[in-house]
Amino acid sequence: MKKKYRKLMIIGSGPITIGQAAEFDFSGSQACKSMTEEGYKTVLVNSNPATIQTDLDMADSVYIEPLQADVIEKIIEKEKVDGILSGMGGQTALNLCSELAERGILKKHGVELLGTQPDAIAMSEDRELFKQTMIKIGEPVPKSRTVNSIGEALKAVDEIGAYPVLIRPAYTLGGTGGGIAYDEDELKEICARGLAYSRIHQVLIEESVLGWKEYEYEVMRDKNDNCIIICNMENLDAMGIHTGESIVCAPCLTLSDDDHKRLKAASLKVIRALHIEGGCNVQFAFNPANGEYRLIEVNPRVSRSSALASKATGYPIARVSAKIAVGYALDEIKNKVTGTTYASFEPSIDYVVVKIPRWPFDKFRMVDRHLGTQMKSTGETMSIGRTFEEALLKGVRSLEIGVTGLDRVSMSDAEIDDELRNATDKRLFVIAEAIRRGMSIERISDMTKWDRFFVLKIKNIVEMEDLLKRGLTPENLRKAKGMGFADPVIAALSGTDEMNVRELRKKNDIVPSYKMVDTCAGEYEARTPYFYSTYGGRCEVARDKKKKNVVIIGGGPIRIGQGIEFDYSCVHGVMTIQDEGFDAVIINNNPETVSTDYDISDRLYFEPLTLEDVLNIIEKEDAYGVIVQYGGQTSVNLAIDLEKALEGSRTKILGTSPDMMDVAEDRKRFSKLMDDLNISQPDSGTGYSFDDVRGIAERIGYPVLVRPSYVLGGRAMEIVYSEDELRTYVETAVKVSRKHPILVDKYLTEAIEIDVDLVSDGKDVFIGGIMEHIEYAGVHSGDATMVLPPFSLSDKIIEDIKDISSRVALALQVKGMLNLQLAVKDNIVWMIEANPRSSRTIPFISKAIGVPLAKIGTKVMLGKSLKKQGFVGYRDIDHYAVKASVFPFLKLPGVDSILTPEMKSTGEVMGIDEDLDIACYKALIAAGNKLPKSGGVYLTVNDNDKPEIIDSARSLKEMGFTLYATKGTSTYLRENGIDVTTVFRVSDKQNPNAIGLMREGKINLIINTPSMHSGARRDGYMMRRLAVELEIPFVTSVNGANAAVGAIKNAGSKKLSVRSMKEFH
Amino acid sequence: MMRCFLVIGDGTVFEGMSFGHQCAVLGEIVFTTSMSGYQESITDPAYKGQILVSAYPLIGDYGINEKYAMSDGIHTAGLVVREYCHEPSDMYGGRTLDSYMKEHMIPGISGIYTRDVIKIIRDNGTMNAAIVYDEKDIDAVKKKLKKKIEPRCLVPSVSVKKAEKIDNGKGISIGIVDCGTVRSMISDLSEKYDIMMFPYDTKASEITDSGVKGLIISSGPGDPGDPVITATVVRTVKDLSSKMPIAGVAFGAQAIAAAFGCKMMKMKFGHHGSSQPVRSGKRAYITSQNHLYTIDPDSVKGTDIIVDQTNVNDLTVEGFSHRTLPIFGIMYYPPSLRFGEGSYFYEKFDKMMEARR
Repeated sequence: MKKKYRKLMIIGSGPITIGQAAEFDFSGSQACKSMTEEGYKTVLVNSNPATIQTDLDMADSVYIEPLQADVIEKIIEKEKVDGILSGMGGQTALNLCSELAERGILKKHGVELLGTQPDAIAMSEDRELFKQTMIKIGEPVPKSRTVNSIGEALKAVDEIGAYPVLIRPAYTLGGTGGGIAYDEDELKEICARGLAYSRIHQVLIEESVLGWKEYEYEVMRDKNDNCIIICNMENLDAMGIHTGESIVCAPCLTLSDDDHKRLKAASLKVIRALHIEGGCNVQFAFNPANGEYRLIEVNPRVSRSSALASKATGYPIARVSAKIAVGYALDEIKNKVTGTTYASFEPSIDYVVVKIPRWPFDKFRMVDRHLGTQMKSTGETMSIGRTFEEALLKGVRSLEIGVTGLDRVSMSDAEIDDELRNATDKRLFVIAEAIRRGMSIERISDMTKWDRFFVLKIKNIVEMEDLLKRGLTPENLRKAKGMGFADPVIAALSGTDEMNVRELRKKNDIVPSYKMVDTCAGEYEARTPYFYSTYGGRCEVARDKKKKNVVIIGGGPIRIGQGIEFDYSCVHGVMTIQDEGFDAVIINNNPETVSTDYDISDRLYFEPLTLEDVLNIIEKEDAYGVIVQYGGQTSVNLAIDLEKALEGSRTKILGTSPDMMDVAEDRKRFSKLMDDLNISQPDSGTGYSFDDVRGIAERIGYPVLVRPSYVLGGRAMEIVYSEDELRTYVETAVKVSRKHPILVDKYLTEAIEIDVDLVSDGKDVFIGGIMEHIEYAGVHSGDATMVLPPFSLSDKIIEDIKDISSRVALALQVKGMLNLQLAVKDNIVWMIEANPRSSRTIPFISKAIGVPLAKIGTKVMLGKSLKKQGFVGYRDIDHYAVKASVFPFLKLPGVDSILTPEMKSTGEVMGIDEDLDIACYKALIAAGNKLPKSGGVYLTVNDNDKPEIIDSARSLKEMGFTLYATKGTSTYLRENGIDVTTVFRVSDKQNPNAIGLMREGKINLIINTPSMHSGARRDGYMMRRLAVELEIPFVTSVNGANAAVGAIKNAGSKKLSVRSMKEFH
Repeated sequence: MMRCFLVIGDGTVFEGMSFGHQCAVLGEIVFTTSMSGYQESITDPAYKGQILVSAYPLIGDYGINEKYAMSDGIHTAGLVVREYCHEPSDMYGGRTLDSYMKEHMIPGISGIYTRDVIKIIRDNGTMNAAIVYDEKDIDAVKKKLKKKIEPRCLVPSVSVKKAEKIDNGKGISIGIVDCGTVRSMISDLSEKYDIMMFPYDTKASEITDSGVKGLIISSGPGDPGDPVITATVVRTVKDLSSKMPIAGVAFGAQAIAAAFGCKMMKMKFGHHGSSQPVRSGKRAYITSQNHLYTIDPDSVKGTDIIVDQTNVNDLTVEGFSHRTLPIFGIMYYPPSLRFGEGSYFYEKFDKMMEARR
């Protein structure tokens, strides 16, 4: 039975990073609901505003504050918390709880840690302790040694016997800083990185089990020692590729029942030995040659894998884990899915689940695409089918990487060989290509270490392609659909078009039926409204035909540029649709998110987000309306085609008309509208050849912002400062042609960039927020640090912004959401772009002003005017909210950390306070910047910025920092009476210089504003990269520098206070 | 591959493709929700004569290996799957399910929407079904399925024909009344005991004469309330109840309960699969089961049987002990000792054996 607590705290996982994505919003939200259901008072803390768990009604008090022990302690004190759920916020929360325990904070305030205890956490997290525990219970682990230095690492390899060896840092997430070393040099390099990144400066050197199979078990245990397996999962990629980087299927398909029972028994032994209470993930390496296995890792908390297992089986792991943490036993907790069975059962599934990672390589051209023990993917898709082929192909088209099936790959045979041996993100497509070129299954299986079972499945797909090439018959159409082929693929192979295939399908009654995910393979009657499509069999969707339903198209996998913020809006859309008396239907394929939790919507369809898949569901649902404004670019891109396909049906696209959305998206149409409205826009043009582009650039003047009109494989947007740079860009980065022109915009230098989010009903406008970027225009708004409300703009400019925003919204006849990006230069407000949809900043603003914009927007789309809702005009607030971004540079060696028009961040945090400097400080530290209180600061600023940096430099000096600068900057500062040490430029290759000082630990903050041409920017690359690896805060704009210095100053002088969201509004 | 049909007792016909041996069959249709273990299932004698439907749609993925067989042959009358794997993983040798079923002359049908079939069974209860090859036969088969088929005791067909000794050199011997024993049980018991396998109709005196110190009544197919069983197994248990420890599994447990006056009843669709939660005291275990009959809980009152384990979901009897004698039974298969997890069944039986020494 449950225990009594005064108030329980749930700690979130902070910003989205590689290795820690939306799954913890999902688990934290489930935990909050679960605790409220039990009648507990709850407090939630997270620094990430783009989460459902930080909504006001998720907990009794919600704090958006930095996830740091001192801050948490203040909240514990203030709220009189006496219990903390540690296992819901990923590694971040777990580490934080360990720190709270170690520092005696928990004891001091009489706080109990619920669920898995610190000693148990240490037993699974500390490599050496884990190993000893496993040896004690007789479970095999790879031979290994824990080391704290490179010297010890070399010795450890001698003991293990041979390279390659694995390097795993202790206490990191997503394998950060780990790797495989094939020789001594690699060992030294990887160890140095791993040691730096480990919280306790410790790495593990381990026997290699490369090429073994990898299986995972999701296990649950309660205080009565009841243990169950939620599901097992098979990694298609062998050991050596991080499970977060591997294609994974559930359940295991190539494991015999006997071996399954062995691994299951081992998992149970492990979870018992580690005294874990709640959910836990156990990873095995399994030698296919002799059936030997090794325990690789245990995650003593809910994880990315458990989110996947939850969605794959329908078993709410986080909800049940939370109940276990407060004292329930498994057989006391009802299974909400069936309503008749209990949580103490092992889910049976009757379908195949496939997870495919989504990598950010389209954004980062310079990154090494090879897959290894370091996670590089930002998100994942999950798909469900009744054949493996069906699940796989659905997964492939859910990725939204420009492929609809196992598309052809243009590679030489030698390149194919290399790819098969050394996997990149293209592996899956290359296997299909190798089969097409006649390579034997055995050889492919041998090179990839994939079980031949899976290679043969891909062969089935390739053979089906051949069959379709020979002609389209109802019979092979049915077969192809059963294998998950998309209509456009079938059309392309058989030489017809997509709508023809659709017609033929309907004529022959080849339409999808939707099956339920019910946790029990149909054994009990279930009422979960959670469905997936397949071909054949009875459709199990039962809906109330009297009720109107509205479909929301979700955002798909998390990628850079389209993150959790969109899922947040989708969830708010769903809630509002229900509040307004409709049935809410959601389509999405991201297993990490709250929107795909089975109890959020009236019906959840776990499906790809292509026109075909979405249309099938809309038809099945006979929907009243479809909302396309919340799933980011994914859903916006479907608007026009959907409208066309739905012509004549009763289903309407709700909100802004797709045609008006097109006006906002189409440069020519939008440009004309701006001219008509008399709104300034930077000069621009479209070039169809290099000469064209050069001509435009000359006309409008350098620097210019260039980008391809058709983005494929992430050819980036760039600012170019000269003709030479333009030539390089055109020659190396993009192909320019009649079909693929390049867009050229005048780049407004030193302009202030502004983001506006508003809701309109076509008659009135409600401006939710005006956000001022701290960096100059030219840094992608997803990366920029933003302040709400503006802090440096005059009243006149703010009025201009409001006026322009309203006029644009009304001209576009926006019904719903609109995001505008503006720039202010020379006292003129310039229009940069308009996005006719819910934007990345919607959750941030909604939290900052205490008004849920996406909910207001949904009501507008459902026909309720803004006047009626009482939201017209502009909302003033009496505090500041600062949004700071989090970047994946550490995990992606080779990426330059300088901010550009191309988005690079994976997540965001919010700092909120009455005082701007403190809000800024909170945001910066919450984003992981280690702002120094003392030490050294390295300054190198360009001539334009020099006058503006003086105040900051002086403040730093007054605070006792030692200043270092290169000649130009130091001379200037000295002339202004500021004492500074002169050092050499890095390119002088003489000491002392910045790199040397950084390595020696003498520099704790870097302010580097390179001059305005990209050559100088590249020079700083080495320094920026090193700063990333050493975690030295690095500021690349003068405004950013002033904000950071202001933050440091005020944080030192004023007392940091914590305030719940309710206290702000 | 040949077209064929699955005809179910409620009149529903599913079209599929034949695999394994080709022959028309008729039998009781049951389903399993286990996601692996197809070879263990079809070789489990408790499935004797039944047509087994697999909820998991992919069957045969990791092939067939003799070491996983639960008995000498396939006991299901037929196997119904969504998709069977032509080219399995080669991790266990790569032999196909198709060739295995051909060897044992058992028919399979693939391409069936098994989830739909299962929902029919779930809603209507277990019924008869048939696999037929000629479309023209369907109507005749439908009529045949409607007729009540006289239950036939299946135990004689799976039990050993004469007593067999398995000498493990342990020096202490126990007996198994073989109603359809699974191999894993024999190998687990062989860890501690020499074993005498007795035919189901062995008389009590023969068993005492053989010198065994304890007795296991094995799992097996069909209704333990069948008169044939009442006259043999149940009777033997009665006769030996004060002579030695007796433990039963599934069918065997029911036979023991019957010996002390409990009545049997047929379940709607039984427990078949690997995820049945059983509550025992404060603990809940996940168990593998295969039975269509259960002990009528009302009939337990007034007997010497004490129910000490129940199903978490449907509250059916999952385990019992005798009030005074060293006699007990469980309705699930004890987890194999090989996996090192320990087992209530074997531990309890061992304790009873030790107490008797």
